[in-house]
Amino acid sequence: MAYSEKVIDHYQNPKNVGTLDKSSKNVGTGLVGAPECGDVMRLQIEVDDKTGVITDAKFKTFGCGSAIASSSLATEWLKGKSVDEALKIDNMSIVEELNLPPVKIHCSVLAEDAIKSAINDYREKNGLEKIKFDESIVH
Amino acid sequence: MLKLPIYLDNNATTPMDPKVLEAMTPYFLNHFGNAASRNHPFGWQAEEAVDYAREQVAKLIGADPKEIIFTSGATEADNLGIKGVFEMYAGKGNHIITATTEHKAVLDTCKHIEKLGGEVTYLDVQPDGLIDLKELEAAIKPTTILIAMMYANNEIGAIMPIKEISAIARKHGVLVFTDGTQAVGKIPVDVNKDGIDLMAFTAHKMYGPKGVGALYVRRKNPRVKVTAQMDGGGHERGMRSGTLNVPGIVGFGKACELCRLEMEEDTKRISKLRDKLENALLKIEEAYVNGSIEHRLPHVTNISFKHVEGEGLLMGFNKNIALSSGSACTSASLEPSYVLKALGLGDDLAHSSLRFGLSRFTTEEEIDYTIKSITDTVLKLREMSPLWEMYKDGIDLNTIEWAAH
Repeated sequence: MAYSEKVIDHYQNPKNVGTLDKSSKNVGTGLVGAPECGDVMRLQIEVDDKTGVITDAKFKTFGCGSAIASSSLATEWLKGKSVDEALKIDNMSIVEELNLPPVKIHCSVLAEDAIKSAINDYREKNGLEKIKFDESIVH
Repeated sequence: MLKLPIYLDNNATTPMDPKVLEAMTPYFLNHFGNAASRNHPFGWQAEEAVDYAREQVAKLIGADPKEIIFTSGATEADNLGIKGVFEMYAGKGNHIITATTEHKAVLDTCKHIEKLGGEVTYLDVQPDGLIDLKELEAAIKPTTILIAMMYANNEIGAIMPIKEISAIARKHGVLVFTDGTQAVGKIPVDVNKDGIDLMAFTAHKMYGPKGVGALYVRRKNPRVKVTAQMDGGGHERGMRSGTLNVPGIVGFGKACELCRLEMEEDTKRISKLRDKLENALLKIEEAYVNGSIEHRLPHVTNISFKHVEGEGLLMGFNKNIALSSGSACTSASLEPSYVLKALGLGDDLAHSSLRFGLSRFTTEEEIDYTIKSITDTVLKLREMSPLWEMYKDGIDLNTIEWAAH
């Protein structure tokens, strides 16, 4: 399978690889996927509690090139957005941006789920109710 | 000088040896006759060439030329061997024993036979990829007609104890079919010493052309017969109709001759390179060889690099190094390798595997480049892997509730 140039670029020069302090109240962590499926994504956001803006985002991903690219792109998009805006990122925009073929759509779904999961983790830590998502595989 | 890309996927197919191509060329142009044309020189030349090739092929496996049935490849030979025996020996029984790690050409043929009313036992393998001989013997019933067991596995290179398997089969009057695709031409295979009754093999895994293979069918002690699966002009003693692929067969013959003459030297050199590659890659933390190390083809190694995913790993160098992975992402089925899973590997390790197949043409320079390239990529991806971070933090990954999707 040939990869799109954007996937190759994110794979070779991934943005925002790393770890934020998961115990911090300002940090939300989403861990989705499973080793058995060949994909695990961990996505973290750091939120300014005064403005509700995501000031930093980091990821680590076990998976194929498309999974790595999807999570790298997600962290790029998250930075500077408010939490509410971040909730609007959907997997199809990742598919379009990275030109993912149909067999790799699940990588983008995983990235969307990782975002939602990280946001819910942040909400929970800050005494807010978790948002229920349709057809979600978030945990 | 190092030439990229490097080809290390020789279990999938090998490049042709230029000497093979040289032998084939005249049979495309000047000697284009049909080997079944009995009354003019074009036919005679073609027939003579096929006869010669049949001798070359037979000699490599210690068979009589009359025992070689040319086919379009190993898949067809697997089908003909297994279905042919099932039909021919229907009066004797309907039970076949095979293993879960066989190639799909054998497994799907067995599935087909089950639909036709046959009974098939699929033996599990041990962690080294080999079957337990006691289990094999215990599986034999009065209705058993055939044991179908591959000579060497295509993913891990594990070599089955064929001699011991055939001794058990003989004792119970059961025939032995073996898929010799990966073994023939690479290690000494002798149908008489090994007690093989039927064997499928193919040219393109031993530096020959694609589209030609053979089924060995024993003629003496016992005389074995198969029911044809292709009806027509009655070629190949009625067992496989269809105009013979003369240039392909000539190439197959030449490839067999070269393997017979060069096997010893090739093996010495290739296994040294394989060991160098393997030892260097095993220096990486949490890297494991899959399958038997002791009973293994000399040019194969299959290694899992824990906590990195196979396809992601391949992407780091697959412009420059051709390899395959047991990862689901590299196959159409989205399931990780059933062979690796049959060894008892968790899905995570199966997803993390790379299969290396070296060849007669592999150079030390290529191996050095490969070692560096793979080591760098594994280390880079581990820096990016949440599983590696958890492992390093001492978290037991089995205690995490993963959301499978």
